[in-house]
Amino acid sequence: MIAPAGPDHRADFRAATFGDVLRSEWTKLRSVRSTFWALTVTVVLGIGLGAAISAATAHSYAKLSVSGKLSWDPTGVSTSGLAIASLAIAVLGVLCISSEYSSGMISTSLIAVPKRGRVLAAKSLVFAVVTFVVGEVTSFAAFFVGQALISGHAPHAALGDPGVARAVVGAGLVLTALAVLSVAAGTLLRHPAAAIAAMIAVLFVLPGIAQALPDSWRNPVTEFWPTQAGSQLTNVYHSAHTLQPWPGFGVMCLFVAIVYAIAWTLLDRRDA
Amino acid sequence: MIEAHGLVKRYGSTMAVNDLSFSIRPGMVTGFLGPNGAGKTTTMRMILGLDAPTQGSVTVGGRSYRDLPAPMREVGALLDAKALHGGRRARDHLLCLARSNGIPRSRVDEVLRIVGLEDVARRRAKGLSLGMGQRLGIASALLGDPAVLIFDEPVNGLDPDGIHWVRTLLRAQAAEGRTVLVSSHLMSEMALTADHLLVIGKGRLIADTSVDEFTRSSSQQSVHVRSPQAAELAARCREAGATVRAGSTSRAAAAPAAGPDAGTGPDVIEITGMDSAEVGKLAAAHGIVLFELIPVKASLEEAFMELTRDSVEYQAAGVPR
Repeated sequence: MIAPAGPDHRADFRAATFGDVLRSEWTKLRSVRSTFWALTVTVVLGIGLGAAISAATAHSYAKLSVSGKLSWDPTGVSTSGLAIASLAIAVLGVLCISSEYSSGMISTSLIAVPKRGRVLAAKSLVFAVVTFVVGEVTSFAAFFVGQALISGHAPHAALGDPGVARAVVGAGLVLTALAVLSVAAGTLLRHPAAAIAAMIAVLFVLPGIAQALPDSWRNPVTEFWPTQAGSQLTNVYHSAHTLQPWPGFGVMCLFVAIVYAIAWTLLDRRDA
Repeated sequence: MIEAHGLVKRYGSTMAVNDLSFSIRPGMVTGFLGPNGAGKTTTMRMILGLDAPTQGSVTVGGRSYRDLPAPMREVGALLDAKALHGGRRARDHLLCLARSNGIPRSRVDEVLRIVGLEDVARRRAKGLSLGMGQRLGIASALLGDPAVLIFDEPVNGLDPDGIHWVRTLLRAQAAEGRTVLVSSHLMSEMALTADHLLVIGKGRLIADTSVDEFTRSSSQQSVHVRSPQAAELAARCREAGATVRAGSTSRAAAAPAAGPDAGTGPDVIEITGMDSAEVGKLAAAHGIVLFELIPVKASLEEAFMELTRDSVEYQAAGVPR
């Protein structure tokens, strides 16, 4: 394009596509430093915490009760660091949209792409793919590191064992669902602090409160609370009052879909 | 071409924009003028599909903004130059926007060159000065080489050099046949930049006219006089058919030739309906001593203040009781 071209000679004029918006959102994500740091924290915490928990629990395996030994889940233990690392993903997901609201960039973005659903879809998709890749890498690395630390002290798992590969892949999938949820939450609440607080409540606070409730209340919560249900996909051993892996993940995805639909509708209707 | 029909925006009980209709034509700079809070930004946000009108509609090139297939190629807008992620490099910021409309990467470097930011292209946005930030915002508006440009207070915070640059740029874009809408609360700036004016006050359209006509119709010629025999001169002038009133501070201050000691008080009068030569001859004919004789032409600024003050009064009177 040769500048300054008049309005009449704009040669390569074509309609903007969803692919264009995807490329734009990818450029946005990779051009801020918070992305690099949040993903680094995810990987380091996911592998590091997983290794620490694996080593600690494996050493105390001998002292476990019979029921404790029966519910020993070396796969779940080795990838348990991802549950904490998920906070970094939640924060990054919330920020990738709510920071646009706090800076005012959202106006610029929506002027460039007035079909607002495209912005949300592209943002979510790009962030979900990035999280999936990082999540799977972290999950597999945590699994192998964890098993190496467990072996010799307690029974360890191999990828070929029943349910193990599903659980390791599942840890990355749960993280991906969480990534989409956090983008939706950021869109819904718009204020970074509010949206991060909401994510922490959903991830840690409310399930924690449920533990203090009587069984009749606690069991349905641990069974159906979206993040609790979803985490069944990451376990090989299943305790009472939990859903099966895929139905559990299904419940989580349904919850994410509902929040996403509300976010989509509000983004479209509200003044930016 | 931007066309608005009966545009209304209500926030609770506040009418931010009240029944605004206008059409903005290509090939000229249209100044969108009004005091702070008059509804300029809200109107622009409605044009750009950011805020939904409570009533009415607005189209760009015959379509509502949200329906434009390639928005940045048709409309370039700068609402708030600070509305960007401070941690992103200037060039990356433009690249994000270019990508979203399928604009080639080479165009990013081109607009950086046009606005003179090549040297700071790799700097993070929060490290840019106010003027550089404003230039970056203008660069983003130019990315798609659009036929319509919309700028909200583009010269705010710029130094005289920057103001001149923006003014020249806007005029050049209009001369190429583009539609240029630029808002300001500074009449003096619009007098130099715009060809046509849309004046709003309290959300209502007050004037839709060319700049020349606006000045001509609303500027009053008057003569500021200081004389120890002011009362006598006033009587003679009234006999000659002129209108005379006690001199006002604002007129004296507005007159460029009137120094700080240009007095107000009983010996100062203001005469309309006669020019300074006629007043001078009349005074001489009656042996009246004059200390000051200053022709005063109402500036565009004053005409604007006059107009918007009326709109405020109109609003107040219109409140149902």
